[in-house]
Amino acid sequence: MASLRVRQILLEVLAIDQPDPPGLDGDTVWRRLCASVTLSVPVSGAGVALMTAAGHGGTLAVTEGPAEVMENLQRTLGEGPCLTAFHDRRPVLEHDLARAGQRWPGFAPAATASGIAAIFAFPLQIGAIRLGVLDLYRDTAGPLDSLQLAEALDYAAAATTILLDLQHEQPTDGLQSQLSDALDNHRVIHQATGIISVQASVGIDEALLLLRARAYADGRPLHELGQDVVARTVTFHPEDDHHE
Amino acid sequence: MSREQRLAEVFIELADTLVDNYDVIDLLHTLCERSVELLQADAAGLILADQRSELHVMASTSEEAKLLELFVLQADEGPCLDCYSTGEQVVNIDLDEVEARWPRFHAATAAVGFRSTHAIPLRLRGQVLGVLNLFCSDRVTLSDSDVALGQALCDIATVGLLQERTVRRGEVLAEQLQSALNTRILIEQAKGVLSERSRISVDDAFGLMRAHARRNHLQLGVVAAGLIDGTITAATLTAGP
Repeated sequence: MASLRVRQILLEVLAIDQPDPPGLDGDTVWRRLCASVTLSVPVSGAGVALMTAAGHGGTLAVTEGPAEVMENLQRTLGEGPCLTAFHDRRPVLEHDLARAGQRWPGFAPAATASGIAAIFAFPLQIGAIRLGVLDLYRDTAGPLDSLQLAEALDYAAAATTILLDLQHEQPTDGLQSQLSDALDNHRVIHQATGIISVQASVGIDEALLLLRARAYADGRPLHELGQDVVARTVTFHPEDDHHE
Repeated sequence: MSREQRLAEVFIELADTLVDNYDVIDLLHTLCERSVELLQADAAGLILADQRSELHVMASTSEEAKLLELFVLQADEGPCLDCYSTGEQVVNIDLDEVEARWPRFHAATAAVGFRSTHAIPLRLRGQVLGVLNLFCSDRVTLSDSDVALGQALCDIATVGLLQERTVRRGEVLAEQLQSALNTRILIEQAKGVLSERSRISVDDAFGLMRAHARRNHLQLGVVAAGLIDGTITAATLTAGP
């Protein structure tokens, strides 16, 4: 089930709770997300990095100051918490970077020198769909408590949803009606995504977007359509797609 | 084989599993299977809580939708939720007697034909990580030593979840939990891919993936990722050993 908090974050960052939602471009959305997360989680700065199979694929947004150093260092050195998080498909919570020299011999001392004491990196992923990383840093050492961690994870979930849509140039103003569906985590949805990727010969990320688009077009809950896909009463073979 | 011999065998199997590069999700599935066998149950599920205390089914003895639904609806009511909130064992629940207490849960269990249920917590230093939930087609009453055995199986699951040898302030546990949750999604996506490629059910797809992972000493997540990116073909799995 979708976390209510993730929905709130999306509404705030995409500004679609406003009476007249502005047409937002990607840059603005990412700047807002980075600014918002630093207010809600006790961290000094944040960055969102695009990731590709080859590694760091560019920085989407960073807050001012050391966050930029954090992203640039990882990009040039080819190592750091964000790359580890992406590679291992799990968050990297390093609450004392000064002691992490063995883990990242190039990154840790350089980042520490620029005032980064703790770093928390969250992969932006849905199973095999891997898009990027949300990096949070703080100028003092120490862990996030469980509520702060939950909040950071909800920002990562919101960022994943936005990134998936922006990557495929879905207009953000269409997101509102799909918000609850986009966060539905029922297992048939993931099974259906796998099935569609084979039927339509597309990547797993595009398969999820196809499923969501059809659910939206048909006005049906995502998991209900997912059930039909798993039961093969709905298929996504290119030749029998009458929806266009 | 006596029950004692079988018990010893199961614990040796589990101890053997907990070495090197073991697979958490496979371990949780094995625990579900063994708990059903040793505690006279017919179905089991292992449910973990995420950072927001939302409950996720990580492993179960069957992928049957009606069983999975029983775990899912306990987000709102049922022994699983009680066990998670209190950290106490909720065992020997006669399902004929819970209609007033948990109406939706009662109706759903009656539809599947279960008569009794147990919920045993996965605990770590006062924190409840999740619940092992067992269902029985007969009215089963566990003895104290049965309950202790069930708790021991849950404690093994907890150890398995920690994976790393040291847990610094819960950080590694949180990393591990998030990793397991994402792997679960990855596996579902791969089940879809394999079921479409090989024209089999998603349940059969999972069985094939698990068998392939065990045969080749691979983690389930690695097999799942390989099926999705095409580095492992469906034919490799369906061909068998």
